[in-house]
Amino acid sequence: MHEMSIALAVIDQVESAVRPEGATAVSRVRLEIGELAGVVPDALAFSFELAREGTVLAGAELVTDQVPARARCGGCGRTWPAGVPPRLSCPGCGGAAVDLLSGRELRIADVTWHDAPVPTPTHEER
Amino acid sequence: MCRVLDLQQAVLAKNDACAHTLREDLAARGTAVVNLLSSPGSGKTALLERELTLARERGVPVAALTADLATENDAVRLARSRVPVKQVLTDGLCHLEAEMLGGHLDGWLPAGTQLLFVENVGNLVCPASYDLGETLRVVLASVTEGEDKPLKYPTAFGLAHLVLITKSDIAAAVDFDEAEFRANVERVNPGAEVLRTSVRGGEGAGVLLDRALAARDGGPAHIPVMTRRSHHLHDGPADRAGDRGAVGSSRS
Repeated sequence: MHEMSIALAVIDQVESAVRPEGATAVSRVRLEIGELAGVVPDALAFSFELAREGTVLAGAELVTDQVPARARCGGCGRTWPAGVPPRLSCPGCGGAAVDLLSGRELRIADVTWHDAPVPTPTHEER
Repeated sequence: MCRVLDLQQAVLAKNDACAHTLREDLAARGTAVVNLLSSPGSGKTALLERELTLARERGVPVAALTADLATENDAVRLARSRVPVKQVLTDGLCHLEAEMLGGHLDGWLPAGTQLLFVENVGNLVCPASYDLGETLRVVLASVTEGEDKPLKYPTAFGLAHLVLITKSDIAAAVDFDEAEFRANVERVNPGAEVLRTSVRGGEGAGVLLDRALAARDGGPAHIPVMTRRSHHLHDGPADRAGDRGAVGSSRS
């Protein structure tokens, strides 16, 4: 199960990205995981819960958006949902000059946090 | 104030960068890496021992690094070929990463090595995600494992430059349907070469070595669809930013 390594990589990258922004507690991390990325979202969620302790992500929710695998034939231009297991030769012309348009994503999409509350000016000061 | 950082960063960006650097550093030294993936028990070690011995007999400088969770048994077997061999124990980790591999090569990889064979941890899931800086990725499947293995592990088979069938000498005894296996490889990796090997029967002797030398000289002969990315059409919003797109910040 390499999902623990993936979780650690996510945490490492998020910490590096948000610390310069002054974030102290990340509330949400959103990942995009392609159908063909070879990563099991449930196993990743389990690993993330263990790995986030003691980091700026300690209270963070992990949201995973699964990205369907889609392919396009360079020969006839047809696009199709590749599915899992994928069909990567063209179902139209049988050609093998195929591009994978999506499905291999393993990407941190965005990170959300709340800035520390700034003292609100009182009515008299306005 | 809620803040959202639009990161758009590949989770494995660090490994991919390490792999890229390793590939370039090794290429400058004349070395190409061959990454061998398969289930436990497919016959990686036996096939590799044969190919290493052949390489030594032909005067091709090669070396091998083998990774396991425990024991040095594979290194002992591979060392019978009398080429430089190193055992890496992963302490329970299910795969090798590029940075780990690079660390193990420092001070060990002999100068002038043309091919470094890396026998990955026996596992068709996790190692598939990690580029080790290899020039050639080879996936092995023995005839006892079932014709549908490429469909059950599409990422591993889909990313292979070359697929080797092992233990072909017992194919008939286990009713291995080679045509079906080949069709399943073709489904997930159209155009991939599939070759039969048998260490006991002598079939395919030298094919791994030959393909590896050819890849070292001219790159892999086959580029899997799964590694081809379209630069013309972008479907999702994520694609617009690219794999390592600009880091932007927005407030909501």
